[in-house]
Amino acid sequence: MTLRKLRKEIAAGAAALSLGVIPGAGYAETVLRVAMTAGDIPLTIGQPDQGFEGYRFVGYKLYDSLLLWDLSQGDTESDVIPGLATDWYIDPDDNKRWVFELREGVSFHDGCPFNADNVVWNYERLTLEDHPAFNPQQYAAIRTRTVDIAGIEKIDDYTVAINMKRTDSLFPLQTSFIFMISQCAFEAAGSDYAAYAMAPSGTGPYKFDQMVPRERLELIANTEYWDADRIPRHDRLLLLPMPEATTRAAALMAGQVDLVEAPSPDTIPMLQGAGMTITTAPYPHNWGYQLNFVDGPFADIRVRQAANYAINREEMVAMLNGYALPGYGAYPPDSPYFGDPLKYEFDPEKARALLEEAGCLPCHVTFAVSTSGSGQMQPLPMNELVSSQMNAAGFRVTLEVMDWNKLIDVSLSGRPTYPEYDAINVSRALQDPFSGLFRFMLESQHGPAGGNFGHYYSPEAEALITKIYETFDQTARDALITQAHELFVSDAIMIFVTHDTNPRALSPTLSGFVQAQSWFQDMTPISFGQTN
Amino acid sequence: MISYIIHRILYAIPISIGVTVFCFALVYMAPGDPLTRLLPDDASPEVVEMMKKAYGLDKPIPVQYLIWLGNALSGDLGTSIQTDRPVLNEVSKALVNTIILSAVSVVVAFSVAFVLGTVAAYYNGHAVDRLATGFSVLGVSIPNYWFGIVLIIIFSVQLRWLPATGMGPAGSDGFSLLSLDSLRHLVLPVITMALIPLGIIMRTTRSAVSEVLGQDFVQTLRAKGLNEWAVLNHAVRNALPGVMAVMGLQFGYLMGGSILVETIFTWPGTGSLLNQAILNRDIPVLQGTILVLALIFVATNLVVDLLQTAVDPRIKRT
Repeated sequence: MTLRKLRKEIAAGAAALSLGVIPGAGYAETVLRVAMTAGDIPLTIGQPDQGFEGYRFVGYKLYDSLLLWDLSQGDTESDVIPGLATDWYIDPDDNKRWVFELREGVSFHDGCPFNADNVVWNYERLTLEDHPAFNPQQYAAIRTRTVDIAGIEKIDDYTVAINMKRTDSLFPLQTSFIFMISQCAFEAAGSDYAAYAMAPSGTGPYKFDQMVPRERLELIANTEYWDADRIPRHDRLLLLPMPEATTRAAALMAGQVDLVEAPSPDTIPMLQGAGMTITTAPYPHNWGYQLNFVDGPFADIRVRQAANYAINREEMVAMLNGYALPGYGAYPPDSPYFGDPLKYEFDPEKARALLEEAGCLPCHVTFAVSTSGSGQMQPLPMNELVSSQMNAAGFRVTLEVMDWNKLIDVSLSGRPTYPEYDAINVSRALQDPFSGLFRFMLESQHGPAGGNFGHYYSPEAEALITKIYETFDQTARDALITQAHELFVSDAIMIFVTHDTNPRALSPTLSGFVQAQSWFQDMTPISFGQTN
Repeated sequence: MISYIIHRILYAIPISIGVTVFCFALVYMAPGDPLTRLLPDDASPEVVEMMKKAYGLDKPIPVQYLIWLGNALSGDLGTSIQTDRPVLNEVSKALVNTIILSAVSVVVAFSVAFVLGTVAAYYNGHAVDRLATGFSVLGVSIPNYWFGIVLIIIFSVQLRWLPATGMGPAGSDGFSLLSLDSLRHLVLPVITMALIPLGIIMRTTRSAVSEVLGQDFVQTLRAKGLNEWAVLNHAVRNALPGVMAVMGLQFGYLMGGSILVETIFTWPGTGSLLNQAILNRDIPVLQGTILVLALIFVATNLVVDLLQTAVDPRIKRT
């Protein structure tokens, strides 16, 4: 190529770009560009990795589950709604058998029909180790939610029954995390997950178009989506991994992306000054400390309550520039399960008196904390603040700072392996009552078997949770879950500190986005221009 | 000379193996588990054991290493624990992107630094020398990740002249050195990457050229009536071998040390690949990337040695 020809090409390209026209294109495609916090594209083969960000941007975009989360409003906490199942109920003759009636007329992106055979195939691939489509990573990723499934059977083309190992009134919630992939597409990819990852097919509101690993995932609108209200109002969704918060903010301000996840509170005033829209909403997130109930001073409820009285939550919210809510329980106050628990108002004198009564003044405790991590917000300054507040009330807190992976290891192994830690700072998702409450209360979950790091045990809690699992009337069950939360707080099972409000920054050219009170968000209503 | 090259290539084998053993040990000494990022945060011990078995992590560490080494010698670097993608594909793609960034940075840093260093040496003690020396001190002192962010704020956010992140609208697949848009994406990361080697090479060049200019033969050249350009030409050629050695090292550092710059600019090279692999404890990706980078470092030094010989025949390689 001669220099003159090259110059001509460059000039032509620059002219086209300045007009916003793609040469040869009939019309200007609307592309929603989103900067994720993940460092790589979440897995596209069904159950995503990268935590709930993977569910948010790949799971619920490409795929559907039997139940879905209602993400259409931001006024109340999201609840489940019909997804690929239109109805579900417990078998009147067997309280360990859930029946799901499936949505008819739904097709996968590859044209294959969705039906009961597909549901059976998907649940079996995720639960049976001898299944032809078994994949250890997929199995492990969802095992916590499938562990009580005894088997699945097809009743007719659009009805399935899932048999449970024990009575579980909350099981339908777990189905909202299990995605249905196309058996046809998987087999067309040679039954190879690596090949299928580059040609995935679900029933979700977006179809896969192309992926450059570690760089971009391009999805296009599924204009034939079964829920007409959720057909995307843009043509293409471009997902870009951008783990560095400063880079995400700069990319938004430079016009390279339209929406960024989790801008740091420090950059939000700058983004607002540049005309960006900041959206926030409380969501089921809990930033606090799980405690060791066996080896150290937190075995005494007075010390646990003292720690909770020592926390000045308003000061914490102020340090986070207001992008957080004070945490007086596992759930945020707006949650339907919050109830009317004991309120630990900031009272350092009361904390000191409780410590004195417990014979632990000054009270030496060691906290395991991380430098960063999913949902950990700004762990170092936040832990420093908590430490200074507790020290002022009579504690002597030692912060043991570690890598996020190490902290996960501490959390998974539990106090038998790590008795030296009196508390661990791991933020938690509260998307369902098991994740938010029960796993920290049940004896069966004592680490390393489950999430009960510090081996909390209470006969009252055991009985209450058993009753919840056996109660199928939703109103009665919700009242019992609320009771469990009140017990959680009065027993000071955690040190409650704050709840994230999950800020996002959007270009002013976007409209239609409603931030749901959820870990998941619906991008389909977003359009360009002030039309909504 | 040929036997020297063969010797150097043979030396690369124990060096590479040593690097991989060291890295393998480091990953296992570091707290945390390669599976923690894959598993839910309340995975039961049974599921953890099953996953360890599935990924071969249940075997003793030396056995794991030997299996990996055996596969690597046959050209198979394994598959990523995190993504299930072949490591060879991941590394080769990322390597191309890093080479693009490093090579352009090297050309910029070396040419600017060499000119500035030579000028500073020639005007030793003058204002221009002090200015150039100050510039080089800034280069080696400013943290490049901070400098990168400042450049983004000025040129991408405020002035909107240059893009802040990525390799272009179509990513690395659409990148071309002949495309204006691709080149625009290259500008800020290149300036950021070039900053440190620019400072180091400038100081090295200044010192080397200055030393040569003080030698007796330069006086002789001037006494013979050579003009100053010719004198400087002689001085530079005499100073070049030492400067080239530093340049080679800097190129190696740029190839392996771009983690921060690639993370800031979301440049999908080996730096960001390593960063993610470290965070995820993705041992196959970590091992594969480090092995390839170590081999490149060794090869770069060999090439520099050979170039030094070509430039200065007094250096004998036997």
